[in-house]
Amino acid sequence: MSASEAPDLATLDVAAFTDYLARHEKKSLLRFLTCGSVDDGKSTLIGRLLYDTKLLFEDQLKSLERDSRRHGTVGEDIDFALLVDGLEAEREQGITIDVAYRFFATDLRKFIVADTPGHEQYTRNMATGASNADLAVILVDARHGILTQTRRHSFIVSLLGIRHVVLAVNKIDLVDYSKDVFDRIVAEYRAFAADFGFETLRPIPLSARFGDNVLDPGPNLSWYDGPTLVRHLETVNVEDDTLAKPFRMPVQWVNRPNLDFRGFSGTIATGLIRPGDPIVVAKSGRASTVKAIVTYDGDQPQAQAGEAVTLTLADEVDISRGDVLTTPDHRPEVSDQFAATLIWMADEPLLPGRSYLFKLGTKVVSGQITEIKHKTDVNTFSKLAAKTLALNEVGVVNVALSEPIAFDPYADNRDTGGFIVIDRLSNLTVGAGMVSFGLRRATNIHWQALDVSKQSRAFLKGQRPAVLWFTGLSGAGKSTIANLVEKKLHSLGRHTYTLDGDNIRHGLNKDLGFTDADRVENIRRVAETARLFVDAGLIVLVSFISPFRSERRLARELVAEGEFVEIFVDTPLSVAETRDPKGLYKKARQGQIKNFTGIDSPYEPPETPELRLDTTSGTAEDLAEQIVAYLETHDYVI
Amino acid sequence: MSANRLTHLKRLEAESIHIIREVAAEFKNPVMLYSIGKDSSVMLHLAMKAFHPSKPPFPLLHVDTTWKFREMVRFRDDTAKRLGLDLIVHTNQDGVRDGITPFTHGSSVYTGVMKTDALKAALTRYGFDAAFGGARRDEEKSRAKERIFSFRTKTHAWDPKNQRPELWKLYNARVKPGESIRVFPLSNWTELDIWQYILSEAIPIVPLYFAAERPVVNRDGMLIMVDDDRLPLHPGETPEMRRIRFRTLGCYPLTGAMESDAATLPEIVREMLLARTSERSGRLIDHDEAASMEKKKKEGYF
Repeated sequence: MSASEAPDLATLDVAAFTDYLARHEKKSLLRFLTCGSVDDGKSTLIGRLLYDTKLLFEDQLKSLERDSRRHGTVGEDIDFALLVDGLEAEREQGITIDVAYRFFATDLRKFIVADTPGHEQYTRNMATGASNADLAVILVDARHGILTQTRRHSFIVSLLGIRHVVLAVNKIDLVDYSKDVFDRIVAEYRAFAADFGFETLRPIPLSARFGDNVLDPGPNLSWYDGPTLVRHLETVNVEDDTLAKPFRMPVQWVNRPNLDFRGFSGTIATGLIRPGDPIVVAKSGRASTVKAIVTYDGDQPQAQAGEAVTLTLADEVDISRGDVLTTPDHRPEVSDQFAATLIWMADEPLLPGRSYLFKLGTKVVSGQITEIKHKTDVNTFSKLAAKTLALNEVGVVNVALSEPIAFDPYADNRDTGGFIVIDRLSNLTVGAGMVSFGLRRATNIHWQALDVSKQSRAFLKGQRPAVLWFTGLSGAGKSTIANLVEKKLHSLGRHTYTLDGDNIRHGLNKDLGFTDADRVENIRRVAETARLFVDAGLIVLVSFISPFRSERRLARELVAEGEFVEIFVDTPLSVAETRDPKGLYKKARQGQIKNFTGIDSPYEPPETPELRLDTTSGTAEDLAEQIVAYLETHDYVI
Repeated sequence: MSANRLTHLKRLEAESIHIIREVAAEFKNPVMLYSIGKDSSVMLHLAMKAFHPSKPPFPLLHVDTTWKFREMVRFRDDTAKRLGLDLIVHTNQDGVRDGITPFTHGSSVYTGVMKTDALKAALTRYGFDAAFGGARRDEEKSRAKERIFSFRTKTHAWDPKNQRPELWKLYNARVKPGESIRVFPLSNWTELDIWQYILSEAIPIVPLYFAAERPVVNRDGMLIMVDDDRLPLHPGETPEMRRIRFRTLGCYPLTGAMESDAATLPEIVREMLLARTSERSGRLIDHDEAASMEKKKKEGYF
């Protein structure tokens, strides 16, 4: 039964209606996304779907008619697109700038539509809409056929793991309902989409504006004998094998109402579970069996993928949020490194080596992108070399995390293989990734346990090892002050070493330039070197401009709490530029040096440094004395 | 027992529970906005399910404008007591002192002071870093574009053009001190889903949703219930008894009733399916100006 054959509700008595409702409660749900550009008529199609399935109410129609007169583009007719372009700015500009969600239902299914914009700059929004969709409707304008954007949309849909596609050849009315045009477009599409792994690909000719083949076939396309769009959406089988896959449940919350109850709450990602089934905590390898599946509606004999449950176990096992419960037979990978495909979603570009947060399943860990293997041109699918990823770019990368986590390849499991990347300072979601495979490298290089420790080395020297990190503009006086501090410490009999920015660039870092990406790598190497010297028990003086907060934070996190002393050598730009000891500011002003901090590259001052030195208020000697006093009062020099 | 694909209601239920648990796990001090309406009733029911056998690890907050239907207030207090939950009731005392009412200052100023300002003040006062709301994306155009985790600045403002991308089930819960997230676990539910779920789960709702004889006056085509003697009657206006019910509940002077005989849940659902007027048209606040909801939300309204 299709929507057009629904019974007349007004004629049903209450008993019959109650039956009707009971049947409707059993509907399945299909989530799909629509992609296409402004001119493909995507918003018109969705408006038409809502209109034809009678989801529009009288007052909505009234406001639609009013809006059509004000902003509409189709003369006296109702402009369905206005119905779905929700934000004020979008209605004024006639474009769709964000993902919008729409709802409609027929007698067989309920639908959630992610309506996503199709311009190149909105790759990020399309990926967002696709992440929860089972199917994609890709719109093509019959007059223009397959365009670059069609290829882009199909690529992203495939990337996000969607296996069911409708190729909606819209505006067929504008090519005289031509079968030849339709056939040509379909043949071309099939040829380039062959490698995208679509299980079903259903081409449908239609006219969203006039309604042909949306809900009903219409009289103009008699040569087409396939289903209408709604008919296809109602009946297409998108069931994947989530139930047949191995059991996975990321633990969201430990449920402890009292001392006698300890349950683990979460949503089952894949598989089935019954009381008595053996389970393992993926990361620790601890095993137990399921005692009960506890829900508000009573204990259940079974639970399956998609259900939100609470499990109790037969044994006391240490489990917390972020752990993954799994079947013992097919466990997820556990590693601190993996390869992934990454979509960058922020205006600020991806910087390899910078410390970001990664959320995968219910686990949030810090980590970094260690390497960009290549980026993919979303229009031509060609692979390009890259040092960073910019907004809306897609790349294949290696990720290294601060601790091992459990994961599956995204192709096997969206819930345990998809992750987001969060910027630690702005807290914005800056990227979304899909795990390809774990990198064994990490699991095979084990830490070598050493008997002589950092503490024992430092004890011999009568000091507490630390990094004194001098940051500030070029010409601020960092190296001058660091040099004086080292001389003073040396005369006190302390063991020190200085890592100077300029000197390091002559050796260890001579392969690096001054782009943002290279600056991050520059700092990462220096920070790692400083960590080794701290491990050796030394007081390490690091004199680097280090303009970015996140890199200084990375350096801080490499050593133990209390071993990092951030010293902000605070000199106003005008003063540093007047000093200009190496003539660099002059060159930068003349455009001979690019990316010069303070001129055409930003400096982010520390928010809470251990020490802030105002170089306009005292001599270098005074300031160095101030630092030594700090080290004495804070027990670095015993 | 064989495995079946979950029905759409089961999938919606599981999604909402997942969202509610994420908030409890990731935020320091969440709160659930409880408006006493049918959507709040469903949201609260889902929270009870999410943490069973524990209680939800957060309090309820009701912003009381002092103009709610008396039956709503009674239902609110009974519900908190029945479920054993903490209930915070917050009223903008400055507004009360200044005599701000829907009649004296118009619905726009009144809503701004007694609802939006009151809500922001309550969130700031208790330092809540996350607040659940029962809004749905099918209610209104600007809601259709709002995230499930909707970020708010320190001044509780929403920036629709700068929303965080939201993929899979991965919600970004990171905020700086003073910032917060509004969380909408019912985002993907429709009005029909809400009613079907109330029916199948036997969730208690305020009796005002069911038809009964009640005193009303007709104002500009809207039936306003005379809930107490504070409603100023216009010259020549006399309350009359009509058989009415409400599709949506708010402040009684701003909420239009509909004439109806629907006195049971199936009758309500049937009436809704046959209805030709959408839900929010019963609320005066949406009619003030074009795109009014988007504007209110930018200012901090739920």
